[in-house]
Amino acid sequence: MNSVLLMTTARLLISILLLFAIFLLVRGHNAPGGGFIAGLVVASAVGLYALAFDIRSARSLLRVHPRTIIAVGLLVAVLSALPGMFSGDPFMTGIWVDFSVGGESVKLGTPLLFDLGVFLVVVGMATIALLWLAEEEG
Amino acid sequence: MTESLFIVLAVLIVAVALAPIVVRIAQDRAPYLLSLIPFSLAAFLLLSWRQVDSGEVFGYSFSWVSGLDISATWRLDGLSLMFASLVLGMGGLVLVYARGYMAGMADNGKFYAYLFLFMTAMVGLALSDNVITLFVFWELTSVSSYMLIGHKHGDESSRNSALQALIVTGAGGLALLGGLVMLATAAGTWQISEMAARADAIAASSLAIPALVLVAAGAFAKSAQAPFHFWLPNAMSAPTPVSAYLHSATMVKAGVFLLARLHPTLGELWLWTPLLATVGGITMVAAAWQALRETDLKRMLAYSTVSALGTMVFLIGLGHPSAIKAAVTFLIAHALYKGALFMVAGSIDHEAGTRDLRLLGGLRRAMPLTAAGAGIAAISMAGIPPMFGYVGKETLFAAALDADRFVVILVIAALAAAVLNFAIAAIVSLKPFFGDASETPKPAHEGSPALWTPPLLLALLGVVLGVASPWIGSMIVGAASDTTAGQDIKTELELWPGFGSVLALSVGAIALGAGAYMISSSLARVPLHLGNGGDGIFRRLNSGLQRGSVALTRSVQNGQMSWYISVIVAFGATLILTAMFARDGFRWPADTVAVRPYEVVIAIGVLLAAVMAALTRSRLRAIAALGASGYGIATLFVIYGAPDLAMTQILVETLLVLLLVSVFRFLPTTGENSSPRRRGKDALIAIAGGVAVSVVALAAIAATPASSISDFFGANSKTEAEGSNVVNTILVDFRALDTLGEIAVLAVAAIGVIALLRFTPRRWGDK
Repeated sequence: MNSVLLMTTARLLISILLLFAIFLLVRGHNAPGGGFIAGLVVASAVGLYALAFDIRSARSLLRVHPRTIIAVGLLVAVLSALPGMFSGDPFMTGIWVDFSVGGESVKLGTPLLFDLGVFLVVVGMATIALLWLAEEEG
Repeated sequence: MTESLFIVLAVLIVAVALAPIVVRIAQDRAPYLLSLIPFSLAAFLLLSWRQVDSGEVFGYSFSWVSGLDISATWRLDGLSLMFASLVLGMGGLVLVYARGYMAGMADNGKFYAYLFLFMTAMVGLALSDNVITLFVFWELTSVSSYMLIGHKHGDESSRNSALQALIVTGAGGLALLGGLVMLATAAGTWQISEMAARADAIAASSLAIPALVLVAAGAFAKSAQAPFHFWLPNAMSAPTPVSAYLHSATMVKAGVFLLARLHPTLGELWLWTPLLATVGGITMVAAAWQALRETDLKRMLAYSTVSALGTMVFLIGLGHPSAIKAAVTFLIAHALYKGALFMVAGSIDHEAGTRDLRLLGGLRRAMPLTAAGAGIAAISMAGIPPMFGYVGKETLFAAALDADRFVVILVIAALAAAVLNFAIAAIVSLKPFFGDASETPKPAHEGSPALWTPPLLLALLGVVLGVASPWIGSMIVGAASDTTAGQDIKTELELWPGFGSVLALSVGAIALGAGAYMISSSLARVPLHLGNGGDGIFRRLNSGLQRGSVALTRSVQNGQMSWYISVIVAFGATLILTAMFARDGFRWPADTVAVRPYEVVIAIGVLLAAVMAALTRSRLRAIAALGASGYGIATLFVIYGAPDLAMTQILVETLLVLLLVSVFRFLPTTGENSSPRRRGKDALIAIAGGVAVSVVALAAIAATPASSISDFFGANSKTEAEGSNVVNTILVDFRALDTLGEIAVLAVAAIGVIALLRFTPRRWGDK
């Protein structure tokens, strides 16, 4: 497909979509969103890109192979479960830290890290399905 | 000393990770450095010998699975100290030997890592006091042994032998697990040390005999007792350091160790002696007989190892104090001489290029130090004074004579085994080294010091322990025997038994053994052999299983996507509908909900889109219709206040459409597989699936549980999980373990997709 219109839109949209995904990921704990949904948004952004250009350029957009993304995601998720154990709580106990950024109180916690792991795994899995199942023979 | 038991294990675990790095940095010298670890750990454990010998027991415990009352408990007593030091000491020597044997070979980092993994497993097994911990380490020895036997994984017979060893010992492991759980149930404790005190309660339980049979089956499989013995000779395709370490000195003795461990608990059961003494006795004699018939040096040693393991099981089976003493003595003596002989066999193989006894001869000039090691070790194996092997054999005869019943049969069995082992010892030490020098595939010469020092050291240690047996020997055997017997037993070892039946038997064994050696080639032609029935049955079972799986897979998974989906939907629908109507009874929701007009509009839209997707002849239209139907459902989610669900639904629909469009051109043209009959059948299955899902939805509405879990999540989301999006707090906090499981499944599925696409890293790099 060689539509200039689609190509231009895709270029513009992809950065907005990626930003939107991050927004969804971070707000997920208190409002609709979360790692799973954010991951799907990224995958559809990549899918859009593949549609506008071709699969090869969509792959190079990822920079790393999805299996690395999946592995890192799983690792992050498992690691996020550990800090709780250091304070003597069971595996996966959430630990929250309060930050003050410019007078605003910001709470960060291991569940967010866990959600990041979920996000990465979903991104990896969905992009594998999108970009590799459709691969031409040979 | 108590916490340090755990530190010993921790050091070994660190060594597993460290080994490949050390190999990368220090190259061929790495094994020397690495051998310092087991040597120093062994020395560290032996520091406590005096205290342990005087009956002190060191224990260390921490809670592991508190919900099941399972704790990781370590215990250092006479038996575990003896076994753990044997594992570590032999481990150090094997590392040194591997320096000579494995130098320059591929994958050495991996090899040493697995060797340390095995060492960890064995030491953990020796020190475990909890049956579950013990079982975990037991299985770990099987797994690491699988890796080590199959080290030359390019070689098909290596792979097959490794798999065979894994399956046989793994099956034994399952039996063992069953037996141990029964035992713990009968005893009311998971602690082995507490079980001994409750031996009477266990004996009174109906679980006692099944538990004994299962535990014994596990031990027999591990310690290669007939009829499970066949895996051990086949495992000789492993590199020789592995054979010397796992298959003669340590792992195969795990079964013997376990029986010794449980002797205080189960030894009083009526079945103990008949079962163990019979199986052990038969193995002891039959395997020695079989060994004579082998022409491969390592296989011959393997069969004689099976025979020695039989001897130990036999002795523990007899179970009276002098038999226990003999079992421990024999275990140590055997580890020393057989470890040495395996290393010698490996050196010959390494330097001369063959280990076929028919091709070897006259090597004593080319390999004098190897020959010396072989000679000294063989004298010990043959049971000639003043070696430790002689003391072992002497105690074996004494034990047979001390038995309550069937003394004549027991003595004859012990004598037969001793005679045959004398002949084997003579063959393996004389045949390769004396006689005319023969042409070998490689011109033989003495190997590097790393190849001949360890066997020579082991052989000389046999001399030292033999000569000093009244002092050092007694001390080493004493503590372990006391633990095994469960009481203080007289464990004085003597080199000179005094004139009597024991001496007569020893002399007789030597004389008859010399005779058997003279006629060994004729003996080998006697058409009576142990046979490899087990091996044949194993292979037939294995190939039958494979053929069966292939046939089943072909019939169920024919490669047609439509067939898979039909099966899944039809099966799921049948299951759901049966459960709903046949078991619990289906109820319509009692109260009806008022439906708003625009909901009806959306629902009609969803239905129309679905019908269109089913009826249209154009695939593109079907995809679009499916998407429309999905978006409609997502809208309903929004109306009913489930924004997360709606977002997910919309995204999944989008991705599905994208995916379908991108694989579009690979799909067969519509109508290709579409006869009216086929369409009818598909419609039926699809309707059944739809009905099933609807029924579940209706039933879910009808069922109004007393208290809803959603109330709990709603009330606690903010306070407990610091978030006000309940869906998300459930996913990442309340039920995060489930999510972790799910993303792990996703990752595994991704691996499957990658494998299916046969996607290689190289193609990723291509631009």
